[in-house]
Amino acid sequence: MSNTSAIPSKSFTGTSEGWLLQRWQTMLRIRRAEEAIAEMSESREARCPCHLSIGQEAIPAGVCAALRPGDTIWGGHRSHGHYLAQGGSLEGLFAEVLGKTTGCAGGRGGSMHLIAPEQGISGTVPIVAGTVPLAAGAALAYKLRGESRVAVTFFGDGALEEGSVHETLNLAALYKLPMIFVCENNLYSSHLHWTERRVADNLYQAGAFHSVPGERVDGNDVEHVYAAAKHAVARARSGAGPSFLECRTFRWRGHVGASSDEDVGVRRRGELAEWLEHDPIRQAEGKLATDLAAYRAEVDQEIACALAAARRAPAPDAQRTREHVCAS
Amino acid sequence: MRELTYVQAIHEAHHQLMSADPRVFLIGQGLWSPWYAGGSLENLDREFSRERVLDSPVSENAVTGMAVGAALAGMRPIVFHPRLDFLLLAMDPVINQAANWSYLFAGQASVPLVIRAVINRGGEQGAQHSQALHAMFMHVPGLKTVMPATPADAKGLLLAAVADPNPVLYIDDRWLYSQSGPVPEEIYRTPIGEAAVRRSGRDVTIVGISWMAAQALEAAEVLAGQGIEAEVIDLRSLKPWDQPRVLESVRKTRRLIVADSGWRTAGAAAEIAATIAAEGFHDLDAPVERVTLPDTPAPTSRAEEQAYYPRPRAIVEAAWRALGRRLGAAA
Repeated sequence: MSNTSAIPSKSFTGTSEGWLLQRWQTMLRIRRAEEAIAEMSESREARCPCHLSIGQEAIPAGVCAALRPGDTIWGGHRSHGHYLAQGGSLEGLFAEVLGKTTGCAGGRGGSMHLIAPEQGISGTVPIVAGTVPLAAGAALAYKLRGESRVAVTFFGDGALEEGSVHETLNLAALYKLPMIFVCENNLYSSHLHWTERRVADNLYQAGAFHSVPGERVDGNDVEHVYAAAKHAVARARSGAGPSFLECRTFRWRGHVGASSDEDVGVRRRGELAEWLEHDPIRQAEGKLATDLAAYRAEVDQEIACALAAARRAPAPDAQRTREHVCAS
Repeated sequence: MRELTYVQAIHEAHHQLMSADPRVFLIGQGLWSPWYAGGSLENLDREFSRERVLDSPVSENAVTGMAVGAALAGMRPIVFHPRLDFLLLAMDPVINQAANWSYLFAGQASVPLVIRAVINRGGEQGAQHSQALHAMFMHVPGLKTVMPATPADAKGLLLAAVADPNPVLYIDDRWLYSQSGPVPEEIYRTPIGEAAVRRSGRDVTIVGISWMAAQALEAAEVLAGQGIEAEVIDLRSLKPWDQPRVLESVRKTRRLIVADSGWRTAGAAAEIAATIAAEGFHDLDAPVERVTLPDTPAPTSRAEEQAYYPRPRAIVEAAWRALGRRLGAAA
């Protein structure tokens, strides 16, 4: 297809049936969780803005599989997938989206502010590129302390239009920071196609000027994402510095909420039909020999249990509104 | 007690912090320059290595964001902006990220970061090399702001800021660098949120902020010669600020002047005046006076600069107004 034709074909070895099965299940968990959130968003049971990553699941599943305990991830407004792939709890996500006290951010953040420090999920924020320099700062901390840890920052293609990303690329290269820039290029920034925002389709070269090596990756192929991330992680851990991955993908839903953007007048050029054929989950299924029925049922069961628990959890007491402005 | 200048006190605080705590590191512009930071960071790079004292590219936004991230990852960074004007390029990491972090993650993480920025004005440097923007930051929940006026507080507030688990904006003023005063040799912390009474008096309270606290003391001397006993409070912390101490003083003097080196509209002086006018309404015998910059950018030429920056004389005249009204009413 036209949008991925530039991607070189690679063959990946070193991933087993069991490995791929786990990644497939991670992707399915993200998909099903976001479908549940989409329903709650549509029914207004969930009231915070929810940015869904359905169709993009292979990127977090592949990148987080290349990390080890102690590594951290930093995200943006569309980070349900990052949170779940890195081991964040389903109940914590659902409860957060519903504004409950058992949410991963105590019901303070909503969909756009996810955190689970013990899992290495350092925080997600909706200021575009907001956590890119923060991840670099964490990487600097690891380096100053001589720790073998890596920080990963996930951001969309729109973030490349923020100056701080370019500043951070230079700083990360200059200080040889153990970090990875993961650009999830889903071709749209909200309603604007990349051709309405840029002249050239070359995001993987964003780091080149700053001496950060970049690679274009099929973001819908979890094995390709993993292979690229593994290489970048090894480079970071070896002290050689940061890498930039442009993961090509497509979001199936609109910028925000459950529906496609068509309902708000955004014409998406008819690409969706093509990308549906390039479903990261179905592609992984095509490579698996295992009977997946029981694994599907397991995910459905997890989702149902987590959702029920989140719905039962208490809403915050309005009296707590002034708490945690400052740490003590 | 031995005396240090304000700039020596800042230097000593950095030195002691870096010696005592391996989590403390410095990042920002001018750190390897012998003159850029006015001598306040001289030779720290040689003593503590350039890995811990990073003279950064001019990327205020990302450098400040990195300091936020390093703080979240367990360090105690001090990010340095040699001019407060340039901190405007880093408003996202300071306000959206650092100040909000504790609140929006319900206290699971906070940002123990010190943002040090310098007011560096006068000398025909013009409107973008002069601004005292502390009121903009004082507005933001989750961000503490301190402005030392004496050598002892220049050291004590920096030590307190680094020990604080929250982001603290520490603003020092180059016009204070040569002032001398007693500074304890040991490590100590000036409590954030506590004002200091620098001079006692019964006739009028003058709250001074940073450089204007020093000007207030000069004004008080002049007033004393005219038989007016002014009480001078050095506010030291803008957020949180010491309302009880100011209210207590106003209860005694029944008149308040707030002297600030920022602009008038929506400034620090406006906030203090409004609060005391509300909380201390029945204790006041005269309207609260504000001595501030006019609502214009800083001019460049010397003649205009001299008219622009308030001097002790402006505080003295404000005291006359505050007292004159009462005396007039009594007569």
